[in-house]
Amino acid sequence: MSTSNTTVSTGGLPSRRNTELAMLVFAVLIPVLAYANVGLAKDGSVPAGTLQYGAGLGLMAGVAHLVVRRWAPYADPLMLPIATLLNGMGLVLIWRLDLEPQITTAKLGGAMAPNQLMWSALGVALFLGVLIFLKDHRILQRYTYISMVVALALLISPLFFGEVNGARIWVTIPGVGSLQPGEFAKIVIAVFFAGYLMVKRDALALASRRVLGVYLPRGRDLGPILAIWAVSLMILIFETDLGMSLLFFGIFVVMLYVATERTSWIIFGLLLSVTGAVAVASMNSHVGQRVDNWLNPLALGSNGGVTETAQSMYAFGSGGLFGSGLGQGYSRLIGGIATKSDYILATVGEELGLVGLMAVILLYGLLIQRGMRTALAARDPFGKLLAVGLSGVFAIQVFVVAGGVTGLIPLTGMTMPFLAQGGSSVIANWALIALLLRISDTARRPAPAPAPNTDVEQTQVVRV
Amino acid sequence: MSELTLTVMRLGFLAVLWLFVIVAVQVIRSDLFGTRVTQRGAARQSAPPMQPRSRQQQPQQGKSGRGGRQRRGAPTKLVITEGSLTGTTVALQGQTITLGRAHDSTIVLDDDYASGRHARIYPDRDGQWIVEDLGSTNGTYLERGRLTSPVPIPPGAPIRIGKTVIELRK
Repeated sequence: MSTSNTTVSTGGLPSRRNTELAMLVFAVLIPVLAYANVGLAKDGSVPAGTLQYGAGLGLMAGVAHLVVRRWAPYADPLMLPIATLLNGMGLVLIWRLDLEPQITTAKLGGAMAPNQLMWSALGVALFLGVLIFLKDHRILQRYTYISMVVALALLISPLFFGEVNGARIWVTIPGVGSLQPGEFAKIVIAVFFAGYLMVKRDALALASRRVLGVYLPRGRDLGPILAIWAVSLMILIFETDLGMSLLFFGIFVVMLYVATERTSWIIFGLLLSVTGAVAVASMNSHVGQRVDNWLNPLALGSNGGVTETAQSMYAFGSGGLFGSGLGQGYSRLIGGIATKSDYILATVGEELGLVGLMAVILLYGLLIQRGMRTALAARDPFGKLLAVGLSGVFAIQVFVVAGGVTGLIPLTGMTMPFLAQGGSSVIANWALIALLLRISDTARRPAPAPAPNTDVEQTQVVRV
Repeated sequence: MSELTLTVMRLGFLAVLWLFVIVAVQVIRSDLFGTRVTQRGAARQSAPPMQPRSRQQQPQQGKSGRGGRQRRGAPTKLVITEGSLTGTTVALQGQTITLGRAHDSTIVLDDDYASGRHARIYPDRDGQWIVEDLGSTNGTYLERGRLTSPVPIPPGAPIRIGKTVIELRK
């Protein structure tokens, strides 16, 4: 009975909106508690803005909930609360780091929590927009090749702008601010891969020879994977964006594997990415430096101190099992703006300890599990692939960031979804959650009530 | 702020965070501990409402002089046994099930040999499930024979559409 992986019950499934509401109230209260906790630890009093912050977060969550209730009533009950909790915790952590004068100088951009709050509100607005205007995710299937063009344009666009912190991943619009197009490209590219693989998967899965127990694909079917590999290497070389290139290639291999059920694609994917990464790391100085920091975190840098990687490891270590308590850690020593973006997980690890970090990682895991579950429940192949792709994007991003901060893999300069400072990231991730909710709503929505079947009377059934 | 208060807040916050995780897992426990268990439970619960319906229909059938041999228990679910959607089940609750490549089909077949609107499965007035080919290009096969007209489905008989095989089960 291992076959029973999908149950399409057309009888009224519970919509579970009330469960979502209860979880959402819980998810708003936790960051408010954290906010008060930081204030108490820092100044000995509950900060003045606690009520406003709670009301703001509650308002965003409440509006989102009402829109889900109206436009996606059968959507998954857990995704919105978890996203709200992570976003709220992110805001508290950024605000908490804003209280450290050393890393909140005007040169580093000053306080970032107010901006992040604005970006989060924009993200929720986009979330609402996707849910209201995208009635059915299958509409996206029509735009398969358009999304390919859009994704490539988004990926290439940072090349025309200057380098920031050694990577060309920003598009600067004068007067408005800067934007990371890669964050949006990851959603669009999942749409393209889902549409493309849905059509091509039979050719990729069936036309292969079996050698040594492994299915070898035909040369011409290797074309697309090689093309994607080349594009991801280009991103790596010209934009020196390790994270995006890993994400881009990784998501293709994941979706290819899910679409074709052929292990050989994973083997090819891993071989290609290892070859590419090693080649680029030995040629490109920026990537090479990241690898060097990863291998020798304790080496002294040009400023006479240890690397950021080492500082973040110290932060995890000083946090121990139960952490130092919110507002009482020293993660400011990581220094610079990266404390609030790339290394925000180090603050979680130091102030909430291993116990708190595990809870946060589990929250990400639950969110990804809901995405995969949506893929299982979806009835159309495009929806299945898209849900796998979107939750895969999310999973790879969490792995790449958490792995980089904890020293498992070289740091790549991506943002922890929802938690880290970064406008593009939070907006794009809210849109991603909206798409997943839309797919899960379509998957769980009961079929329209059986209409009185008029054909039955007209058809004469010949029983032999 | 006293050290004790801060320690209590620190551990209290961790407890609340974990409480959220545990409640979240409770919400989805039916997923985590396998759908089979819940399906069985659901089948037991939904069986009583199904039975009266079919009993009501059985007298009509008796009048029409047809033996109840075929329909001792009406099928309750449709199971896909071969093809890319293997393992998918659809509960049969008196609704028409459409099969085909069209996006709005109940079961969307991703199969080059399936037509847009390939076939449908529906209950007639007696509650007997009927399969009808909707003029597909490559045909719908019930057991060995190609369908030319709507035909009642014997329980367990394989219906083949391209690479997909479906069965009705109790």
